[in-house]
Amino acid sequence: MDQRAHNTIEQTSSHGELLSHDDVLGSTLSQAERITSGLLDKVEEAITHYPVSKRSAALPLLHLWQNHFGFIDESGVEWIAAKLDLNSISILELITFYPWFRQKAPGKTIIRVCRTLSCALAGSYEIHEKFCKSTGIDPTCEGHHGIPTSPDAKFSVEFVECLASCGSAPVCLVNKDLVERVSLQDVEDIIKKNS
Amino acid sequence: MSSLIEHPHPKERRIIFENAGKSDYTPDIENYLAHGGYEEAKKAFTMTPEAIVNEVKASNLRGRGGAAFPTGVKWGFIRRDDGKPHYLCVNGDESEPGTFKDRYILHRDPHQLLEGMIITCYALNIHLAYIYVRCEYTHAKEIMEKAIQEARDRGFLGKNIFGMGFDLDIYFHEGAGAYICGEETSLLESLEGKRPYPRIKPPYFPAVLGLYMAPTIVNNVETICHVKHILRLGSAEYAAMGTAGDGGTRVLCVSGDVMKPGPYELAVGSVTLGELIFDICGGLRPGRSLKAIIPGGSSSKVLRANEIFKIKSKADDGTVIDKEVPLLDMVMDAANLAAAGSMIGSAGVIVMDDSRNMLWALNNLNQFYAHESCGQCTPCREGVLWMSKLSTRMIAEGTQESDSISLHNIADHIAGRTVCAFGEAASWPTQSFIDKFPEEFGAQIAHQ
Repeated sequence: MDQRAHNTIEQTSSHGELLSHDDVLGSTLSQAERITSGLLDKVEEAITHYPVSKRSAALPLLHLWQNHFGFIDESGVEWIAAKLDLNSISILELITFYPWFRQKAPGKTIIRVCRTLSCALAGSYEIHEKFCKSTGIDPTCEGHHGIPTSPDAKFSVEFVECLASCGSAPVCLVNKDLVERVSLQDVEDIIKKNS
Repeated sequence: MSSLIEHPHPKERRIIFENAGKSDYTPDIENYLAHGGYEEAKKAFTMTPEAIVNEVKASNLRGRGGAAFPTGVKWGFIRRDDGKPHYLCVNGDESEPGTFKDRYILHRDPHQLLEGMIITCYALNIHLAYIYVRCEYTHAKEIMEKAIQEARDRGFLGKNIFGMGFDLDIYFHEGAGAYICGEETSLLESLEGKRPYPRIKPPYFPAVLGLYMAPTIVNNVETICHVKHILRLGSAEYAAMGTAGDGGTRVLCVSGDVMKPGPYELAVGSVTLGELIFDICGGLRPGRSLKAIIPGGSSSKVLRANEIFKIKSKADDGTVIDKEVPLLDMVMDAANLAAAGSMIGSAGVIVMDDSRNMLWALNNLNQFYAHESCGQCTPCREGVLWMSKLSTRMIAEGTQESDSISLHNIADHIAGRTVCAFGEAASWPTQSFIDKFPEEFGAQIAHQ
């Protein structure tokens, strides 16, 4: 790694907000310093899917990184950019564009409530509000490339745009699982199960 | 995922959902083969590529993603032997609000899509293809990648597929939550690892300068699946299911205020909007009456209950006559919805009953477009946010007389002034909601 990358790792280490996961783990290492061989293997495999241009592997690498670490810190931006022979801005501008990517640690259970018309007609605003109230999250908080997270860090709740399950509205994603025709009772059950 | 598609209505004609709609159908390759899977791919290799393209042209298949462009015509733009690499990108972003059909194919019948892709790639001399799917389909990657591996293990993908001397690799590519990536040139930018700003056409028509600046076909998931059935049934039988110039079946996704929402696969042009809502979808909730229908995904112009449309049609003697067609008697296909001033789009039908407030509904959509504008073009980036703020304020503080004029005015200055069709998609709801329901926007002064 060059001097610039080294500096970034130091900055990241001294940047309290980006280290909430590390704080829990008692680690001060940046994400790039904590790469596992399992993650590396997946990264190398993903790059082979793009024989014409490895820049195409940018989104897959960001997904792998976020799935592994929970979010993408500055060292991750630098590492992925270096891996794909890009300037780090070419990775950072993707993270700030796509709603799925985060630069801050989320809660343990991530709840994404569909906000768009068919779900709204079926009551998704009430569902979202109940999720927020039950977890101590301000429902008006939009999060800015972070994600609104409960004070105990157990839950993140956000409104997302159409999840393409309008026929079974209202819906939400609880981590990787789609919950359809969510009722207020379901909200209580989901919170209880994941508390 | 729910069992919404497991109970076909008698009026449905299922070819795409034939297997996916069975409750005991599993997505593995053995099961697909047991249901006649990959027979059409094998058959394709006994045909010339030109013959396949001609079959697709003759089938009158139109794109199922939103633009309803004739698939065979699109394919005809690719010259097999121009010495360039060609690519296929299957659009599984499915992000148009109201649309939820491809999710069933991707999750429940992945091999149907792969078979359609194999036939397409052979016909167009394509050796590398991607399936672009929104990452909110959190299990789709696992299911599709397993299917790709199964097909590879059987020699249906990879080198020398089916022993026919043809190489083909297919990879799954996940989006990251951006609606704009459903726009085909944005999808390509996204796939190239860049910020997905749509490209301007001309010159960047995908079939000319697509992925990696090479000729590229971008087709919707459902569209590609239809290709298999065109070969199975023959283009004549396939075309005969639909209407003139619009063949086959089409999945209509109905949501909102109906008793039985869901995706329904119907022969193109075989039902009216009234039959769709009151017969197939079980009608409205008890005691409610119809207020509005958004017929083709949130971007299509809203239609008002009891509207009567003047639609040109050919009389028996060949003369063109204006026919008056009430909304619920209108046949649900691309030609009729276009004649009614709206569009079939992605066939996502959102129904609203008389309990709904149109300003509230429009504000919901305005917030969607404000969130999803990519920010490349100034009229859209600034305009959709402005519209969203205006409609939000109208709800919170009451409507002033000038508000609906301002709203309409902003929309008028976005549509037609942007690189991609998002500008129109974001403007049409505002324009049509105000035009069709002026009394709910306090619009006393006629819009010019």
